[in-house]
Amino acid sequence: MLELKDVEVSYGNIRALKGVSLRVADGELVTLIGSNGAGKSTTLKTISGLLRPKAGTLTYRGQALDHLPPYAIVALGISHCPEGRHVFAQLSVAENLRLGAVQRKDRGAIQRDIERVYDLFPVLKQRYGQAAGTLSGGEQQMLAISRALMSQPRLMLLDEPSLGLAPILVRAIFDTIRQLKRDGTTILLVEQNARLALDVADRAYVMETGRIMFEGSAVELKHNPQVEHTYLGT
Amino acid sequence: MSLEIYFIQQLVNAISIGSLYALMAVGLAMVFGILRLINFAHGDLMMVAAYIAAFSMLAGLPFPVAVLVMIAGTVIIGLLMERIGYRSIRGAPDVAALLTSFAIGQILQNGTLLITRFAQKPIQLAFPSPDVLNGVVAIGLITVPKLNIVSLVAGVILLALLSWFVTRTNLGLSMRAAAQDLQAAQLMGININRVIATAFAIGSGLAAVAGLLFAVQAGQINPYMGFTPVLKAFIAAVIGGFGSIQGAVVGGYVLGGLEVLLTALPGLGDILPVGAPAREFLRQWLPSSLTSYRDAFVFIILILMLLFRPNGILGQRQREEMQ
Repeated sequence: MLELKDVEVSYGNIRALKGVSLRVADGELVTLIGSNGAGKSTTLKTISGLLRPKAGTLTYRGQALDHLPPYAIVALGISHCPEGRHVFAQLSVAENLRLGAVQRKDRGAIQRDIERVYDLFPVLKQRYGQAAGTLSGGEQQMLAISRALMSQPRLMLLDEPSLGLAPILVRAIFDTIRQLKRDGTTILLVEQNARLALDVADRAYVMETGRIMFEGSAVELKHNPQVEHTYLGT
Repeated sequence: MSLEIYFIQQLVNAISIGSLYALMAVGLAMVFGILRLINFAHGDLMMVAAYIAAFSMLAGLPFPVAVLVMIAGTVIIGLLMERIGYRSIRGAPDVAALLTSFAIGQILQNGTLLITRFAQKPIQLAFPSPDVLNGVVAIGLITVPKLNIVSLVAGVILLALLSWFVTRTNLGLSMRAAAQDLQAAQLMGININRVIATAFAIGSGLAAVAGLLFAVQAGQINPYMGFTPVLKAFIAAVIGGFGSIQGAVVGGYVLGGLEVLLTALPGLGDILPVGAPAREFLRQWLPSSLTSYRDAFVFIILILMLLFRPNGILGQRQREEMQ
């Protein structure tokens, strides 16, 4: 479904990605793990078009992504839920959700999807008129995921959804991720919490300083001694 | 003149001047909100609008048609300004954008100068105000210049439309989203080029209406007339909270009110009946000659505002940036 081949990205003189290749197949949940600054978020931003690759190719269902603006990539069915949530703090919860569906014209279906999202996270329904900036961190993360779902993505890029959340909320978020996968959404998940990520994922890539170091099924990597030692802390 | 009538007249004055500043400030605020760019060419856009209106009327077009031509022409120039000038330097340091805005201002001023030269018109051109905007109307005991009524009504209607647009339409909502977090807005699938062009188009249209009202009030126009209004609009936007549309509207009316207050209070002493204690007090401490220092007081207020409440009346926090 999504394929990156030898992708290189630089910030000025700093090379953030030094030839990253990865694949995500239809219906798969693939995770990208690694320490801070390894290039995980950069990889996602390059897929969603916020960053331009210097070399390499990105293809999604046979279509080259590397010269498309972000809105055209959203139109292809890729939705990116960024690290740090980035909800529109001064807009209401309902307005944030409307913005997630900004490219859609089917008003009735949009309303049904808003109801679906409220079923997923009932707290958002209680807070629908409230400014998003007044929500707690966990609620903002739920809103960010919901907002990303409103574009009806076939591929969802999730960046650090558990960051800074209390354990009970982390579990709730990961339950949602499992449910999204069951509903048929393809997911590329970036996580610092490698153990959690490997628990939900089908396959995984381990990144370090702009390169893919290991790849394999989640079960395989969980028992790879080097990965265990470096990323799972055992 | 009785005190009540004086008061009502000054109030109408304040709201009409406020409308003018609000119309100008909104355009500055919309563009700043999204691009963090202070578009000083905005005043020159207003000047261009006044010239388009003047030339259209001198060419014999009826007033309503001239207004439409003026708005359309100004919007097109505003869009070209964005497409050619600002889009090419997007992402460059703020100073480059600021300098570009001065350059665009120069181009508009000198372009207008060239055209007046070719048309063999004087630099200081008498504005052919239509009758609908000239003279006064009497409502009961109160006489108010027609222009003030028109400014007030036009301002309120246009700003109400704008408020409907930014809250009720997808494009308006996208504009507010882009102002808060440009990258997140892109991730929603918003075409930011379209949003930015829309902000320039709306801002230019509103500046055109303000330009017309300003030209009628001044009675004459010249290529440099945009400077004071853009400065005033900037002050209005700062007072209200820079970058916020509501802030610009509030700031516009507050500035209009302040200016009228600074003009009306010094004059008040002359109107009170002889013998009233307030009359002597006002005549001594706020003589009508102070009126000419109005702008100085306005700038003092701007300085105080920047010192003590730099985020303005409706100040918002700085936008978060994605690393």
